[in-house]
Amino acid sequence: MDMETEKKVVANQAIMTARNVDVFYGKKQAIDNVSLDILENEITALIGPSGCGKSTFLRCFNRMNDTIDICKVSGKIEFAGQDIYSPKVDVVALRARIGMVFQKANPFPKSIFENVAYGPRIHDLAESKAELEDIVITSLKRAGLYDEVSDRLEDPGTSLSGGQQQRLCIARAIAVDPEIILMDEPCSALDPIATAIIEDLMESMKRHYTIVIVTHSMAQAARISQKTAFFHLGKVIEYGETEKMFTTPDNELTQNYISGRIG
Amino acid sequence: MSDTHIVSSFSNDLNQIDSLVLEMGGLVEQQLHNATLALQKEDRTLAKDVMKGDSRINELENELNDVAIKVLALRQPVAVDLRTVVMSLKIARHLERIGDYIKNTARRTNTIAKAGAFTGSLDTLARMSELVQKMTQDALNAYSKRDADAAQAVRESDKHVDHMNNSLFRELLTYMMEDPSHIGGAMHLIFIAKNIERMGDHVADIAKETLYLINGEWPEGKREKEDITSKMILDVDELNTES
Repeated sequence: MDMETEKKVVANQAIMTARNVDVFYGKKQAIDNVSLDILENEITALIGPSGCGKSTFLRCFNRMNDTIDICKVSGKIEFAGQDIYSPKVDVVALRARIGMVFQKANPFPKSIFENVAYGPRIHDLAESKAELEDIVITSLKRAGLYDEVSDRLEDPGTSLSGGQQQRLCIARAIAVDPEIILMDEPCSALDPIATAIIEDLMESMKRHYTIVIVTHSMAQAARISQKTAFFHLGKVIEYGETEKMFTTPDNELTQNYISGRIG
Repeated sequence: MSDTHIVSSFSNDLNQIDSLVLEMGGLVEQQLHNATLALQKEDRTLAKDVMKGDSRINELENELNDVAIKVLALRQPVAVDLRTVVMSLKIARHLERIGDYIKNTARRTNTIAKAGAFTGSLDTLARMSELVQKMTQDALNAYSKRDADAAQAVRESDKHVDHMNNSLFRELLTYMMEDPSHIGGAMHLIFIAKNIERMGDHVADIAKETLYLINGEWPEGKREKEDITSKMILDVDELNTES
């Protein structure tokens, strides 16, 4: 695998489409008839008050909801034209193509190198030790972490600072060469400087990847995303250009939320 | 839209911005009323009071600038709140400029009154001034109530100010051609009329910015402007045919 080969950048093509998606936790409906296109090489932000369903919806994209027994997803979600909920889909392979970064950095209790090498190894992405090293270094570089850890790759991942650990998790997600990276409040446990570094990183990452981020920080959504979807009580109230959303939203509910009038 | 923010001090800040804009507007109206009265009555004391009164308008603008910058820095307003803050800054600038034109009008009034210069009939000037006062009041009501129709009506009424200025310009040129001793006073009156005509333009801009505040987009199409004084010239023959 040559990770430096530029992926073809076709702006404004939908890489992921959700149609009439409903999600139930038992009898409680968390997502109500949501249809949304995620465009390639863009950052899409999902915002909305707590409990609005944005994280639930994000987790539909790589079938993370499968891990919750009472959770039932219906409707259609297609990734690169393929129904990801089809029984034929290999979920492990799907999650390699659609990576995820969580709110709290969760490095494996292994070395920095092994944290990143783990994915490529289990997916058999490297044919030689040299190639594996190449993947690890490239991933760390793309995650903006390499310069800070290049002389201590054998140190434990947990020895890094919070912001570095989060970038290590991003490097780990990148290492299996995904097309989409889902981020669930990736900066909420970080200080403003570490947050700024990750935001800057996301900006550079969108050349290679499509990013969908759930964030509680509307300012963060405004700073980094090209598209924003506003969720409220399980529905998408408004979805469109971030710039428009934060200057002249169409919907009154959106306006009330982003301007701090409703929680 | 809900009027209040979860953080109520944010709403208070925005209310303060509105209050400052309205206070400036009220003062501008009052100043223009007094300046016109001073001209009609050749009241130099009142004219001087108007000249002094302008500094309060400037102070209010500074105060509004401070509040707006604080809100931008501390609240990071978005959507309608952002438009309110940015448009209030522009509207305050217009009101401050109108204040300057009023001050200049008062200064010219003082000069005319001191010299006992020719003024002729001041009816048209007074009507222009009243219309601009009314437009100012309407524009600020439109701002205060976020009333797009009222703002649009203000934009449309500015052409009447232009018409009056056109006919006054012609009238004053005629006076000057009839008798050179009229020139001193009439020149000042032409500048005063021009001042009021410019005030009308500023009020029309306030109405336009109010529309942007409300709708998030600029009104389509150009406003009708009918000030043609820059194209006017009278020669002696024309004067003779008119008389």
